[in-house]
Amino acid sequence: MKIAVCIKRTPDSESRFKIAPSSISIDETGLKFDIDDFASYAVEVALQLNEKQGPGETVVVAVGPDAVQETLRKAMSMGVDRAVHLKTDSVPYDGVAVAKALAAELAPGGFDLVLFGKHAFDTSSGVVGTATAELLGIPCVTAASALEISAGRGTARRELEGAAEKVEFPLPAAVTIDEGIARPRYPSLKNIMAAKKKPLEVKPAQLGPARVTVKSMELPPDRPAGRIIGEGVAAVPELVRLLQTEAKVL
Amino acid sequence: MPNVLVFAETRANALRKVALEATTAARVLADALGGGEVHAIVAGTPGVGSVAAQLGQYGADVVVAVEHPSFAQFDREAVSATIAARAKAESYRAIVLGFSAQGRDVGPRVAAKLDAPIAADVTEIRAAGDAILVKHPAYANKVIVTLEVKGSPCVLSVRPSAVSPAAASRSARTETMAPASDPGASRVVVKEIVEGGKGRIDLGEAPVIVSGGRGLKAAENFKLVEELAAAFGNAAVGATRAVTDDGWRPHSDQIGQTGRQVSPQLYVAVGISGAIQHLAGMRTSKTIVAINKDKEAPIFKVADYGIVGDVLEVVPALTTAVRAAKASHG
Repeated sequence: MKIAVCIKRTPDSESRFKIAPSSISIDETGLKFDIDDFASYAVEVALQLNEKQGPGETVVVAVGPDAVQETLRKAMSMGVDRAVHLKTDSVPYDGVAVAKALAAELAPGGFDLVLFGKHAFDTSSGVVGTATAELLGIPCVTAASALEISAGRGTARRELEGAAEKVEFPLPAAVTIDEGIARPRYPSLKNIMAAKKKPLEVKPAQLGPARVTVKSMELPPDRPAGRIIGEGVAAVPELVRLLQTEAKVL
Repeated sequence: MPNVLVFAETRANALRKVALEATTAARVLADALGGGEVHAIVAGTPGVGSVAAQLGQYGADVVVAVEHPSFAQFDREAVSATIAARAKAESYRAIVLGFSAQGRDVGPRVAAKLDAPIAADVTEIRAAGDAILVKHPAYANKVIVTLEVKGSPCVLSVRPSAVSPAAASRSARTETMAPASDPGASRVVVKEIVEGGKGRIDLGEAPVIVSGGRGLKAAENFKLVEELAAAFGNAAVGATRAVTDDGWRPHSDQIGQTGRQVSPQLYVAVGISGAIQHLAGMRTSKTIVAINKDKEAPIFKVADYGIVGDVLEVVPALTTAVRAAKASHG
């Protein structure tokens, strides 16, 4: 199958963040960046599908500044065949703008499957996959925790609110990937070296005008300090009293 | 005076809590923009239009009922096409909806169809001259981003529980509208619904959540969490990533950065250490209670009230006490 995976370069999710002096971005000093978690599962799914189904092609695409090339090389070191860097100074917050750039790149490609992470850690909006599929005119299955392809059709398990559903759909299709589906492989040194020679094409990202812009960023207010009210079963009556009279939630 | 469209989400033809929240957000925005109308669009099987009166209580001036027998099951393609068609036929400054599972499917589709800007998962909306400003918690709730959204219409999806539904009585007039695309023709076909749907309160709607982690020691001890939730009466049961990864609880119960993000009135963390990934999912809860045998556990730093002790002893005692408290209040 010909599979495209759209990935995003995001900071490590365990990081503590500071706001940059400009106040419209985070301070990137000391932060580690990598393929966004859900997108890395999508890369692994693409590789596994082609390993199961016989020869095909995987392509990884990312929008962003030059730094995303390191992220694209990481995906190629996992085994993806080639990469496309859609270049722009900063990734817009408007997911439709990003979707337009991706759709323009993917539309002529004849892909059987276009995979995305369910959402990216930084914006957690989950817009880009669904919007890109809409612009490409292909069905979109979101939050897939299991995915199988057979004879031009896909089946997926989708994780919903308090339930799950099994769906079927025709190809070509877009799927956004949830966790639990696959563990991303660690690239071997041999694959890391091989990735340096794989094709990485750079093109300008066709984003259109920026309609959603960051005015400011700030850290959330700290919760007021709480207290340990006691030990063991003996503390229960006081807890109930506080929940009733102070917190007023009981 | 510009009008605002709201997609008021239903399940089995009843309005979900997030629909009331979105309607309130739409009403507040319309008022801030000069007092135009709020049009609420609802989709369901024949009869769903009867929610009009309830939507009027929260500020809807017009309720557009899209009724079709196939809408017994949520049809993301037909609903999105219909909302976009309505937005093309009328003029709206903004299209508001909830950032729920339905909203996450509909919002981006509508935005793409209309070539409209979208700001998803917002906790606040305000008008500032020509522009709309929204607040969006980013980086797993660690950074609050203020965004300016330019362009009309724009699509805004509101984080569940971020807006409190507020009474704003209007006499809503109803219109009907046929689905803009064939509901039977959805390309993604649902073959089976697995688990859930048994009248369990959804984590995104529950005022109280009782959540369990590894400190419970074994999967069967989760029944203590379930009993405490039952004692509260209006509580949902959540879990940490550790115990869902181990298969003690279904994946859909996971609260955390990569699972559900919740903001209930009361969050009771049982045997949960408080890893950053978990805190990211629940730190905006109004009141947090933690029960853990380790007094150094990070959860105690965010908890309003903590009990240091063996959860297997403390939780049953708390369950008894909560039942008694509830009984004496009737």
